[in-house]
Amino acid sequence: MPLRLLKNAFSDAPDPRFFNTPRGLRDSYDVVIIGGGGHGLACAYYLARDHGITNVAVLEQGYIGGGNTGRNTTIVRSNYLTPEGVKFYDESVRLFQDLAEDFDLNIFYSERGHFTLAHTDAAMRTMRWRAEVNKHFGIDSEVVDRDTIAEAVPMMDLDCGGEHPVLGALYHAPGAVVRHDAVAWGYGRGADKRGVEIHQKTRVTGIRVVQGKVTGVETDRGVIKTGKVISMVAGSTPRVTKMAGITTPIVIHPLQACVTEPMKPWLDTIIVSGSLHVYVSQSSRGELVMGAALDPAILHSTRSTLDFVEGLADQMLDLFPFLGNSKVMRQWAGMADMTPDFAPIMGRTAVDGFYIDAGWGTWGFKATPVSGKTMAWTVANDKDHALIEPFSLARFDRFELVGERGAASVGH
Amino acid sequence: MKLIHCPKVGTRPASEFVYGGLWRPMPDPDSTTDMEWSHYVFHRDGAPGVQREWWCHAPTGMWFVAERDTMKDEFLRTMTVAEAMKDLAHG
Ligand SMILES: Cc1cc2nc3c(=O)[nH]c(=O)nc-3n(C[C@H](O)[C@H](O)[C@H](O)COP(=O)(O)OP(=O)(O)OC[C@H]3O[C@@H](n4cnc5c(N)ncnc54)[C@H](O)[C@@H]3O)c2cc1C
Repeated sequence: MPLRLLKNAFSDAPDPRFFNTPRGLRDSYDVVIIGGGGHGLACAYYLARDHGITNVAVLEQGYIGGGNTGRNTTIVRSNYLTPEGVKFYDESVRLFQDLAEDFDLNIFYSERGHFTLAHTDAAMRTMRWRAEVNKHFGIDSEVVDRDTIAEAVPMMDLDCGGEHPVLGALYHAPGAVVRHDAVAWGYGRGADKRGVEIHQKTRVTGIRVVQGKVTGVETDRGVIKTGKVISMVAGSTPRVTKMAGITTPIVIHPLQACVTEPMKPWLDTIIVSGSLHVYVSQSSRGELVMGAALDPAILHSTRSTLDFVEGLADQMLDLFPFLGNSKVMRQWAGMADMTPDFAPIMGRTAVDGFYIDAGWGTWGFKATPVSGKTMAWTVANDKDHALIEPFSLARFDRFELVGERGAASVGH
Repeated sequence: MKLIHCPKVGTRPASEFVYGGLWRPMPDPDSTTDMEWSHYVFHRDGAPGVQREWWCHAPTGMWFVAERDTMKDEFLRTMTVAEAMKDLAHG
């Protein structure tokens, strides 16, 4: 790396860019993907690679990965609660494990092991339930006792100052963290190489629907004809579904996170506490990456607040009192697209040619590969992929919710 | 510090208040179809704008209705439940 940098210093030509910047928008595309986050770019990649559909435009209002993809705390795991969720996220973890090779790019996939702490009998019961569902589907997941946690994380005060002692935990060895930007760039480069056009700074402002069928999209750079539009816009979903004339159960709440100054490595696992509403991992740079629960009220904004860091620090110090003097370096927020059952909304909709991939709330980064892959299949075949059938928008009309809250609410 | 005005309790720090979801009229369960009912229970407009919401002043348990801009996070108006009901009656 340093040599390459040195070489560049003496040459006029800049390092090759990751993607081409396509000249202008064409008049029409076979498929238009709204949103250049991980999901949109992954879908474009699999459309081109697996289905040979390359006349595709990804339209991104800002820069790629600048939405929730670039704001997330990158926890990847599959120890969910429902059989539908477990099967789906397990496939994603599998895809993640091969991604660096697929891309020929280091995505810093780092398996850390993931502890979900239980501080109450009720939480222990949910952990046992999750462990049994997980094992049934062949996922490495088990309930562990205090001694096991103490051995793995010697710096933790298991009694939490006596307030809410840790009783045990759900342990998931494959739990990992990944470099989020590299995931977006890897998918983007792979799609671009195969002929997909990625248009940044291009905002979709309207969707044209004639007699229940998509005919095109309006953008701030002109109108495009297309018969297939996929909305992959996470926190902007209600704005985009409104353009297509449909409603969903999705509401937007801010989700905040922060990092401390870098410190020597002392935490090599991921720690989540649902009862204390906090989670933490240590990045390869040494920063503690920390987050908490959603902001309580609906808000379409990425502002961050002092209330959040104050509340988070209060709970974090119960677990790790020695952090009292460490400093928070940065904080930020993303707009989480929340569903009533904490499961995503994916697949076809009542509008012919309008596909949705949303409801990713606080947990959708880990689903980036599998969402891209199953949505590409769904669009190529105009039929919901078997893995995403339970997540269709129509489930709410049938009162067939996929109750994932017990595994998704703070753990991401 | 952010302040919220409760029509009964007065102006207090935001940390004393709890958000209670959207304020909206309930359709008559006996005369709605399953589809209409599922839309009432689950579906939301969801787009940014001014909406009416339930809020509660936790220390006193006082519920009231607020009009809030969900883009700017600004409270435009707060009212008692009785006032909000009167508005509903006038459509
Ligand atoms: C603080 C935080 C922590 C999180 N932690 C985790 C975690 O640890 N693990 C996990 O699995 N998940 C986590 N998540 C959730 C995860 O980040 C998201 O679910 C996931 O990144 C969604 O990816 P996406 O590609 O669908 O959306 P995004 O990355 O948000 O991409 C959507 C894109 O659409 C663009 N867009 C919107 N409207 C338009 C328009 N009209 N025209 C053109 N473009 C438009 C936006 O600019 C944006 O770039 C976290 C989220 C947050 C906010």
